[in-house]
Amino acid sequence: MRDVVIAGIGQIPVGEHWDLSLRTMAARAMLAAIKDGGGMKPQAMYIGNFLSPVLSHQENLGALLTDNAGLTGIEAFTVEAAGASGGAALRVGVNAVASGFIDCALVLGVEKITDMVGSEVEAAVAQSSDYDYEAMTGLSSAGQAALLMQRYLYEYNPPREAFGEFALIAHANGANNPNAFFRKAISREAYASAGMVSDPVNMFDMGPYADGAAAVLLTARDTAPKDLPHPLVRVSGSSVVIDTLALHDRPNPLAFDAACQSVERACSQAGIMPGDVDLFEVCDAFSIYALLSLEAAGLARHGEGWKMAVNGELSINGKLPILTMGGCKARGNPLGAVGVYQAVEAVQQLRGQAGRNQVKDARRALIQSLGGPASTAAAHILERLD
Amino acid sequence: MTEEHVHKNGLLKPNRPVGIIGYGAYVPRYRLPGAEVARIWTGGTGGSPVKEKSVPGLDEDVITMSIEAARNALARAGIDPFELRAVWVGSESHPYAVKPTGTIVAEAIGATPAVSAADWEFACKAGTEAFTAAMGLVGSKMANYALAIGMDTAQGRPGDALEYTAAAGGAAYILGPAEEALAVVDSAYSYVSDTPDFFRRAEQKYPEHGQRFTGEPAYFTHITSAARAMLDLTGAAPEDFTFAVFHQPNAKFPQRAASLLGFKPEQITAGLLSPVIGNTYAGAALIGLSAVLDIAKPGDRILVVSFGSGAGSDAFDIRVTDKITERQKKAPTTQDYIARRTPIDYGTYVRIRGNLALK
Amino acid sequence: MEIPRHWRLKKQRYGLVGEVCPHCDAKIFPPRDVCPHCGGEAKTAFNFSGRGEVYSYTVMHDAPAGFDQNTPYAVALVKLEEGPVVTAQLTDLGEEQPRIGMPVEMVTRKIREDANERGMLIYGYKFRPVLR
Repeated sequence: MRDVVIAGIGQIPVGEHWDLSLRTMAARAMLAAIKDGGGMKPQAMYIGNFLSPVLSHQENLGALLTDNAGLTGIEAFTVEAAGASGGAALRVGVNAVASGFIDCALVLGVEKITDMVGSEVEAAVAQSSDYDYEAMTGLSSAGQAALLMQRYLYEYNPPREAFGEFALIAHANGANNPNAFFRKAISREAYASAGMVSDPVNMFDMGPYADGAAAVLLTARDTAPKDLPHPLVRVSGSSVVIDTLALHDRPNPLAFDAACQSVERACSQAGIMPGDVDLFEVCDAFSIYALLSLEAAGLARHGEGWKMAVNGELSINGKLPILTMGGCKARGNPLGAVGVYQAVEAVQQLRGQAGRNQVKDARRALIQSLGGPASTAAAHILERLD
Repeated sequence: MTEEHVHKNGLLKPNRPVGIIGYGAYVPRYRLPGAEVARIWTGGTGGSPVKEKSVPGLDEDVITMSIEAARNALARAGIDPFELRAVWVGSESHPYAVKPTGTIVAEAIGATPAVSAADWEFACKAGTEAFTAAMGLVGSKMANYALAIGMDTAQGRPGDALEYTAAAGGAAYILGPAEEALAVVDSAYSYVSDTPDFFRRAEQKYPEHGQRFTGEPAYFTHITSAARAMLDLTGAAPEDFTFAVFHQPNAKFPQRAASLLGFKPEQITAGLLSPVIGNTYAGAALIGLSAVLDIAKPGDRILVVSFGSGAGSDAFDIRVTDKITERQKKAPTTQDYIARRTPIDYGTYVRIRGNLALK
Repeated sequence: MEIPRHWRLKKQRYGLVGEVCPHCDAKIFPPRDVCPHCGGEAKTAFNFSGRGEVYSYTVMHDAPAGFDQNTPYAVALVKLEEGPVVTAQLTDLGEEQPRIGMPVEMVTRKIREDANERGMLIYGYKFRPVLR
């Protein structure tokens, strides 16, 4: 097994790209990552995408996106795991390079959402749940999160406004990220008066679905270009774990077992404990997901994860910064691209390229993307190489 | 043939004695007060023919309401649904124009596949038509058990007089051998004529009134003719009945019919539900009967007379047995449903009846 | 329209028909091909009573297509008395607020239209506060 490194990164701003097609968004991120990686030509591309078949009526993205970007002839296909698609694609890319079958792989996360709006998008996203037994009850993804949040409020009785701290952290960090959808800090008052999406999940408990494309260029440590102007980042842990698809089939839905195990496995490969990382790009598709993921990772006791947010431990200068470039809440939630955005953002941090959001002396990052309510969880440990 | 000859042979009497072995009512939760309709359409002037009417929820229709009534009937009958040989639903608001309500109800209660399933239509007496047919199926020994349902989610044109009363509800009956019955149905009598008092053409959403035929020559002629024939042919007098139920399109008509026939107000009170739930159309006579059965005692005798526009009436002579007592409590009573009540305003009514143009 | 996929689930949807594992007697809903408790093949039909209590709930304001004309509506995780938890809408709440622990019973209701007003009507289980 070879050490896998991220040599290049690329991203476009997350947002409502009315003027950009799926293929153009993808090409911009792909070409940026290749250029950033010193121009290495990938032999393969693994695409994290969730909803292209529904929202763009487009399958076979491997052919479309390599063809459009002038990479015809390489290996390319989509990896789908709902909101964890990007993390799962990264896992496939890491496997390919580590095994020696591929020397250079591009991992792309891309999601084109805004060609449809409103209830059509809600219906598409709800496909990450059990369609016959969850989506057919009229439950949306936000609804799933709300079922968890309501139960959490009942079992642990935290202050309701504690959930707002996750949105506040995300927006404070997103304000300094030129690639973020929302670049404005929000107040506690704004959180308290936000409209309900799926009670008790309000508009600020949920990341806005938006268009995005991000890419990382993977290669082996010994095949990486020697003259890059930035340090390499090693993928020292990689794991994808699944739980039951439906929430109703879990003995304890608040346990987020797959989130727990994916962190454990990735950390064990890296030879670290979860608390050893300098930052955690956690999945905040919904504020309750971020909270449950922190607890599942063992960073807080069950029922107490919210205290970390309230106490300031999760802010840029805190003990364990999260959502350092805005997370799903402020950077935006491009669903199947999230895992790759997280990798790009973690690499920015580890290279020291995070600007005003730079986490001091960041050397090691944990990133985790979730498909549904941690029905799939993809976790990676990234470490700076000097 | 003389009219007298026809009359004498008009009694519908099964070859073997039959009766009701289980029954169940259903009334949806929402109520639209008559005052709300008046507020919108008459500026609040003028009265209302009923205090309020029942309104189905957004997710209810004749199929879902029939399923619940049927489950209540099964709970009282205590039989396996596989033993039913017929699931017949009478309504003028079947959710499908083509595709039977009966198959869906039969599937939901677990009665498929060895069962006859069909939908009956005869305006407001579609339910008692199904009931009569079920008597025949059991009475001829073709089957031991048959389920007959009268259920409606009636629609009145907005602003029409019917909007005050057109309501939702009904009841389900399992007919079976008399020896298992909580009430024996001795005989039926059906009286019909071609009278265009009220109708709805195939593609129309709302019904039309036939001039001013509603009272006479429609409702009163048919109700009293059927009732008098039944009294004549069975040699009974009004005072022989503990209870009587007449089709109840509003509060007044059944009271007047009772008075014309010589029945006293206390005989019809228990089954007179229209003042508080409105006109449940094909469900109206049958839910009146279910309210009576809920409180009936062994030995009570009940006369039921339905009416359907177009027009006709079915009369039934029913005797309650000692099996009634233990079965009454095996399912929610009609009054349990009536007591479960959430009043709504006209705006909510318009929305949940699907009358808001959303596309 | 997706007529076959709804049609094949009618027993589960109309009447909460699940399975009982012939090997370990676990009650299973929704039906599965393999018993989640013992790993045996699960195929024996079982009629659930329909009684249970609310484990958690939400009130949906932003609904997926097909349900958006019915907002707001409540969806719950209902713990059935036989053990399994099922996701379903709560109905007939009237003025009652849903709450965790609320005793509920199954009713069969209209879920939605298949595709549009020309499509078939899809019926299935929902739960309501216990009537009596």
